[in-house]
Formats: sequence, structure tokens, C-alpha cells
Amino acid sequence: MKIINIGMNHETAPVELRECLATDPENTVRALALMRDLECIKEGLFISTCNRVEALIATESAKEAEKSVISLMAKLGNMPEESFSSNLYTNEDRDAVTHIFRVASSIDSMIVGEPQILGQIKEAYAEATRQKTSGVILNRLMHRAFHVAKRVRTETEICEAAVSISYAAVELAKKIFHILDGKKVLLIGAGEMAELAAKHLMAQGVSSMVVANRTFERAVEVAEFFKARPVSFDEIGTQIPDVDIVVASTASKEYVITYDQVKNSLRKRRNRPLFFIDIAVPRDVEPKINDLENVYVYDIDDLKGIIEINMAQRQQEAVKAERIVREEAVKFEKWLDTLAVVPTIVSLRDKADAIIQAELKKSFSVLSHLSPDQKEAVHTLTRSIAEKMMNDPIVFLKKKAGRETLNTYLDVTRKLFSLDRNNGNIE
Amino acid sequence: MTFLWFNLALILELLATGGFIVYIIKQHKWVFQYSYWILVAGFFCHTVFLGSRYYFLGAAPVLDLKSALSFFSWSIILAYLGLQIKFRLMVLGSFVAPFAAFLMIISSVMPWTEGTIKPLFKSLWLTVHVGTVFIGNGLFAITFMAAIMYLIQERHIKRKRLGSFYSRLPSLATLDKINYYALIYGFPFLTIGMITGSIYAQYALGVYWQWDPKEVWSLITWLFYAALIHERLTVGWQGRRAAIMSIVCFCVLIFTFMGASLWLGGYHSFDNLGAG
Repeated sequence: MKIINIGMNHETAPVELRECLATDPENTVRALALMRDLECIKEGLFISTCNRVEALIATESAKEAEKSVISLMAKLGNMPEESFSSNLYTNEDRDAVTHIFRVASSIDSMIVGEPQILGQIKEAYAEATRQKTSGVILNRLMHRAFHVAKRVRTETEICEAAVSISYAAVELAKKIFHILDGKKVLLIGAGEMAELAAKHLMAQGVSSMVVANRTFERAVEVAEFFKARPVSFDEIGTQIPDVDIVVASTASKEYVITYDQVKNSLRKRRNRPLFFIDIAVPRDVEPKINDLENVYVYDIDDLKGIIEINMAQRQQEAVKAERIVREEAVKFEKWLDTLAVVPTIVSLRDKADAIIQAELKKSFSVLSHLSPDQKEAVHTLTRSIAEKMMNDPIVFLKKKAGRETLNTYLDVTRKLFSLDRNNGNIE
Repeated sequence: MTFLWFNLALILELLATGGFIVYIIKQHKWVFQYSYWILVAGFFCHTVFLGSRYYFLGAAPVLDLKSALSFFSWSIILAYLGLQIKFRLMVLGSFVAPFAAFLMIISSVMPWTEGTIKPLFKSLWLTVHVGTVFIGNGLFAITFMAAIMYLIQERHIKRKRLGSFYSRLPSLATLDKINYYALIYGFPFLTIGMITGSIYAQYALGVYWQWDPKEVWSLITWLFYAALIHERLTVGWQGRRAAIMSIVCFCVLIFTFMGASLWLGGYHSFDNLGAG
């Protein structure tokens, strides 16, 4: 049995191509249904997210299965095979196992360590079990993948530090205030990033928010969304003594918050820390304010700088994660190898069983005077003799699992016990 | 036997210090846990040592510099263990343990002096006076450590260079809180220590206050800490300024502890305490 993985991700395929395959959420179900109908695919799983589309299959005939998966993808995306075949990667066996482990642990993601991918993989696996396309091998493989992802998460710091502007700002706020419960935020201006930062701050326990905007109507609108209080732009100065965190992102050409304004509010604030998150370009908060005691100003470049460092740190942690992945891939391969021995062992046992049944049938016709207890004892006797006889060969084969010579030994075993002949003609 | 306990305490405290340093670099929680319990064991041995010394001398074992340093080290660990229950801040140990161990090392290299104890020292007043002053000192040592940690972390955030300490040190608010609580708890101990000292002086020497250098410097230290508390409570000092002030206060305290006893003479000096 071979494990094969065919797909494309953010590195190999442009977004225009990926979206052809990933837009329709029903595609996964359709893909799995198609796989189920294919004789050459024993087990199948289909992953489709905005950054990757891939199939994971277990098959006996690699070439045929590969071809049918590609044509399946062409069908799903309504496009000719040639248009995307150069964007595909194909991994086999250990490479495929390693790949799926890397994907689940978020090493293969565009933003290394991002947490969503594991959920998406879990969902893909759940769909495969619903569609009954997942079997012994993929069940085991996916459970190992989840295990690897968990190990990577706990043993490395791959998803520790923030890699988005808004998260970096929230983390800084936590390093200053420890907990954000009961803190007050002033949101000046609007914009996607500022609102995202505000949302994260609210999620961390910030209790009240004030929204200011050049156009008051817009302030009311944003305030409604956050259940905050709108104030006019001229009121900003009077708000500063009360708030703890200021998120600024206006289109203003001049500073919206000046050094003197903040300096004069310090006494009223009784030195409580004040944190400015200035996402605007050009800047809204006068940089000199950072020199004031217990006041911290971070502009967009500062935050970007932090993110860059964090990204580099994640890359470093990814090296550790790769080691875990390799370790687990080897373990999985070992398990897969023992799988090759299983059919031979099963037929060996079947053969012994058949012999026992046939011989007992013959003997009991002469031994009809035996009591049921005695008959049972004869049964047990024959079974244990057979078990003892087979024990050593079975242990031997299991030990050879994964060795190059395994196939020779399997072959010899099958010949020696003539396992491939029809079970009917047992002498 | 007594000195065996001392050496055991010294070794365990050094071991714990090593562990705490490994912890701050490697950030493994189990390293902290081992170090913490080794420190607790060291503290236990230290306590047994002080107890048996007290029993042997019949007076609080602080009458020479060697004993005083060891007692100071003990009280710092006591303050740390007490605050640890409240704050559960693992990284604090990495700052406190080295300091306590440092005092123990100095203490350990000094020779044992076995002078006779003046009968007037065999008084419960002395024990209370010294005990409360040192618990206060221990807590003030924690404010000092928290202040240093605060300044390091503040510098990281202000300069926007989020180096290796940034992730290892706790938030500014937490450090300021530890500084505050250690100060608020420490101050009453120092105050009680000075009052009982003065009562003891009246009882032993016949005067409450005689402008002895140690007395004067203790008063100065007390005034420094009183000023810090006042600024914190009424003006609302916090953060950087409070941290710098608590470092200044602690320097004054160390001078009172060491300098006044060694160089300024007076009846508090170790020369006069030890001689029979």
C-alpha cells in the first residue's frame, strides 16, 4: 500500500488557480464522492483551504491513482489538466507522511505557526470519515498528524509571538498593563487595522471604549458596532486624562495628539501608564510623547519591526518542529511496515484454523464416545499445538517488518505454507 | 553540628541560584520547580542553623557581620517565599536567589568569632528589634529587585528593542505591584523595629535615643522610605520614578546596614557588639 499526496499550495500556485478549486465549499464532498467511486483509490482525504488544495490517498497502484486524482481536480475546477499540472507537487510514502505532518503543524503555512490550519485539517478528516473514504491507514495517519501538531505546539514556540500588527499591539498592551480588564480605550479615526486592534483589545477584557472621528456620524457608526461611546474630534483632549490605551488611525496630515496635550494631562492621570498605538501614516501621535514618563508610543513601523523579529523567531522554532515531524514520520513508517506483514500472518492463521477444523471433523467420527468435556479438551489441545507452531514464524516476520529482505521472507513463508493456493484443497 | 546546617544552607542556596539562572535562560518550568524546592530546603536548613545558634548564644545571632549577613540573606528568602505565595511570579526567584546567595557567600568566607555575649543582649527585646528590622530589610530587598526588573523591562518597551528579557520578565504593572506591596508590608516592620529598638535602649542603656550613627542613619532610611510611600499614596507616583526611588532607598538602607556598623562607630558597630 502506498500513501500519496498530490496538491498545490500558496508557494506553487497563484491565488487565481487555487480559488478555482477552493471557492465552492461543496467541492470537498464532491471530490470524496469521486474518490470513493475510483477502484484504484483505497482511501482518500481532500483538503481545500484558501492557501492549499490537496488530496491524500492510500492506493495499491500509484501511477493510476495519481492520474485519476489530477483528472478529478480538473473536473472540480472545470479546467484542463495542462493548466495546472505544473503547479502540482506529488509526494509518496515518507515524503507524503512528512508533508501532511508539516501541514498540520503549520510549518508549511504562509504565516508559519498560524493556528487555523489544524482546524481545517480536522474538518477535512471529519468529512472523509462522514463520506467513509478514510480507512485504517488514513485514520491512523491523521490521528498521528493531530498528535504531531500538538507536540509542535507544546514543545516549540512556533505560535508564541504575534505576527500581525493588531496582535502585536495587544501583546504590548499586556506587557504594560498585565490585564486589560477595566482598562479604557480611545479609538481615533477608523480603518480596518485600527478596528481590528480595537476588537482584539475588547476580546482581552477592555471594558469601555470611546470613539472619536472627524465626521461625527462615522464615530456614531463605529461606536455602535463596539457598543462604545462616540465623542467629537475636539473632545479628544479632554478624554486623554481618563483613558489607558489610545488607538489612532486618521488621515490627518498634522499630529492629532501633541506632546503638550499629553504632558499637561499627566498630573491629572496620577502617572497611570498610557499606551499609544499609532497606526496612521502620516503619524497621528507626536513621537516625542514617548519620552514622557510612563507613556509609551508605538507607531506602525515599530509594530512592523516587532513582527519581523517574531517572524524570524518562528522560523527558528520551525527548525525544532521539523525535527519532531521527522521523528514522528519514522514512527509512522514503522507502523506502516508492520501492515505489510499482516495479510501473510492472517492467512497463516486461517490455514492453521482450516487444518484444525478438517482434522477434528475426521477424528471425531471415530471418537464419538467422548464426553463434551473431553471433546473440548481435544479442541484446546489441537489449537495450542498449532499456536505454538506458528508463534516463531510470526514473531520472525514481524521483526523483519521494514527490512529490505522482508519481501523475500514473506514470499518464502507463503510458498513454504502454500498460502496462495486455494484454501479448499487442504489435504 | 550547627555549622553543618550553615554549610548545608549555603550549598542548597547556591544550587537553587544556579537553577534559577538556568530557568531564566532556558524557561523550563520544571527547572523552576526544582530550584524553588531546593531553595525552600535551603531556607529550612538556614532556619535550623539560626535556631540552634540562638539557642547556643542565648541571643539573636546578628552580633557580628558574618551572622548579620547570613540573617539578612535568610530574611530576604523569607520575604521572597512569602510574596511568592501571593504573586506566583517564577522569574522573581532568578533575581532574589542570587542576591541572597551572594550575601551568604560573603558571610561564609568570614571567620567565626566566638566572643562572649554581653548579658544585656540576652533579651527578648533584642530579638524582636532585630527580627522586625530584618524582615523589613528583606521586603525592601524585594522592592529593590522588582525595581531593577521594572527598569529593565521599561527600557525594553521604551526603546522598542524587545530583547530576550522582554519575554522573560513580567508586565510592568505586575512589577510595580510587587514593588508596592513589598514596600507597604516592609515599612511597618522597619517602624516597629525602630520603636522596639528604642524601648530596648531605654531598658538596657537608660535612654531612648542617643544620636548613635546607626540610629541616625536608620532614621534617614526610614524617612526615605516614608517619603516614597507618601509620594506613591498621595501624588500617585508609580512606575519608573517609584522604581528609581526604591533603588535609592535601598542603597541608603545598605549603607545603614553595612557602612554605619563598620565605619561610623557607635554602640551599634560590630566592634562594640562583639567585644565582651
